[in-house]
Amino acid sequence: MTSSLLLAAGSLAPASRGFLSPTGVEIVFVLVGLAVLGAALLTVTTKQLVHAALWLVVALGGLAVEFLLLTAEFVAWVQVLIYLGSVVVLVLFGLMLTKAPIGRSPDADSGNRWVALGVALATAATLVTLVVDAFRTSWIDLGSGGGSTAAVGASLFRYWVLPFEALSVLLLAALVGAVVISRNGKGGTAAPRAGKLRTPRPATRPATRPSTRPSTRQER
Amino acid sequence: MHLAYPVVLAALLFSIGVYGVLARRNSVLVLMSVELMLNAVNLNLVAFDAWLRDSLHAGQALTLFTITLAAAEIGLGLAIVLLVFRTRGTADVDRVTALGDRAAEIPAQAGPAPDAVSKGQAL
Repeated sequence: MTSSLLLAAGSLAPASRGFLSPTGVEIVFVLVGLAVLGAALLTVTTKQLVHAALWLVVALGGLAVEFLLLTAEFVAWVQVLIYLGSVVVLVLFGLMLTKAPIGRSPDADSGNRWVALGVALATAATLVTLVVDAFRTSWIDLGSGGGSTAAVGASLFRYWVLPFEALSVLLLAALVGAVVISRNGKGGTAAPRAGKLRTPRPATRPATRPSTRPSTRQER
Repeated sequence: MHLAYPVVLAALLFSIGVYGVLARRNSVLVLMSVELMLNAVNLNLVAFDAWLRDSLHAGQALTLFTITLAAAEIGLGLAIVLLVFRTRGTADVDRVTALGDRAAEIPAQAGPAPDAVSKGQAL
């Protein structure tokens, strides 16, 4: 507590003390942050669904770089391994298995996108004014080794062992739940039904879909 | 480093995620926007951990927990989306309206979705 108070008192003067000056870190942080924001904007606005997943890769990888700049190297590599390695692959599998159309799909955004834009702008304005007003005079003193694997591992297995084990049980429960949900109840009926449900253009012509859906329901 | 940089970046990223959740139609893209929001929270946690110099490393430990929870969430979410797609033939969030309140939905007249529901119930 006292060390943090000393740091807060001492870091009010933004004196450059390292070999890589804090302004250099800030410049890199801002540049990578702009890349992350651009990639995130393209993720939520692009019309091509697979490209959205690939822009998500750029955004999450840029966030891993930001974690590295904040001296949290273990979190950065976990981000690379889990997000870029498994979550994006899962998302791509989800897009593939739900027969996402390749190419531009004009109805990727629903009808309430202007309401969503208003809500997002209001959220951004509120949060940015709030946090800028709150942390205007706060400086991070980026020392080395703050988030190294040794430090994080020691604190994780010394103080956070019980949540860690509970989290492993939760992962097991999620795994079992996903298996149970995606398992076919009656085996063998899924393949012809999935073939019959394939509409010629599922996303570009939404008017044809209500005519196909009751027919499949009749046959079932 | 000024603390405002990571915090403002996290706020903007969260807002982009909010827009994606509200505006996207495909449910897999909605899940991707949820991932963006979770990553904004992760950036906040790491920034405040570096700011406070926490001796327990609570921020980074919680970030690891959040990443694990996000992995579990996306696994379960995609399983549910695949189940919905297998039974309904669509993965769009505004077409899965079978559990919706019909009295509240008819004045909304949101295009072909109530039409699909009424046809499905008429058969």
